[in-house]
Amino acid sequence: MTDNTPEESEAAELVRPYVITRGRELPAEDKFSLITLVTTVSDERQRPTRLSPEEQHVLDMCSGGYLSVAELAGHTQLPLGVLKILLSSLAEGGYLITRAPVPRARLVDQQLLQEVLDGLQARFG
Amino acid sequence: MDSKRVLDEDAYVRGGEAQTAVKILVVGHFAVGKTTFIGTISEIPPLSTEEDMTRVAEAVDDLKGVRSKTTTTVAMDFGRLTISDHVVLYLFGTPGQQRFIQIWEDMARGALGALVLVDPERLADSFAVIDLIEQYGLSYAIAVNRFDHTPERTEAALREALDLLPDTPVVVMDARDENSSAQALITLVRYLQERAALEHA
Repeated sequence: MTDNTPEESEAAELVRPYVITRGRELPAEDKFSLITLVTTVSDERQRPTRLSPEEQHVLDMCSGGYLSVAELAGHTQLPLGVLKILLSSLAEGGYLITRAPVPRARLVDQQLLQEVLDGLQARFG
Repeated sequence: MDSKRVLDEDAYVRGGEAQTAVKILVVGHFAVGKTTFIGTISEIPPLSTEEDMTRVAEAVDDLKGVRSKTTTTVAMDFGRLTISDHVVLYLFGTPGQQRFIQIWEDMARGALGALVLVDPERLADSFAVIDLIEQYGLSYAIAVNRFDHTPERTEAALREALDLLPDTPVVVMDARDENSSAQALITLVRYLQERAALEHA
């Protein structure tokens, strides 16, 4: 062991970010993948909590329809890790509807691949 | 002043309430034409985002405009293509360097396959990318992006140089041309479909 303790100085810098994310940590890996589709719940009544400006910004962006998590990150210019925390918080608050990507078991599904192939050919063929 | 920033209608996934998403990776070494390809195929203006490589707390410092960041971030480009009423395809352009391994974990997970863009003048630069793709067990096709004035190489020579399996598709394309780029993508998906058919036969 050396007497070098970089952890301490880093810990001091963690205060502000934890305020912004309200101490939340990254959601489980699979909850918001890059291509999970997200939109807002249309029912305005179920909005009890006060949102942070960042959460409100994300929510506003989601309100026009479905976007992937990647697109939300692109439009908001938020780092993905931060965005996922905000989305997780909004989802817990009942603000969001999410659509998971095609499950992994179906990725080698002939029918799915045929549908992608047909779609590409119809568009460009 | 409206502080809301709602996007154009076209920015949203059409019929999103019935859609599920799939993704294909577009990989290749620096400046091989990944961004051009995605821009050519995508129905939305291509977007980019930064994947944070270290802890979230550090990434949040970015949000606050702190420039002395200790985290490593890397941009990735992506685009979108609505395939049908139930499937929307995302194309992710991914840097090929081994040091972006965290990105590769995220990108490779759940991808249908990968299109490997190759510059015929810089074949050796593609070795590392192909190694990574194989390491993650992704099926792929090679798309040779022909730049102006590049001499034609025979497919056999290219296959030998890249040490490809006999059934790996190789297609020559121009990433600036929509039809040419689309044919490369179609070649990949047809190959993926045929492989799936074989596995279930």
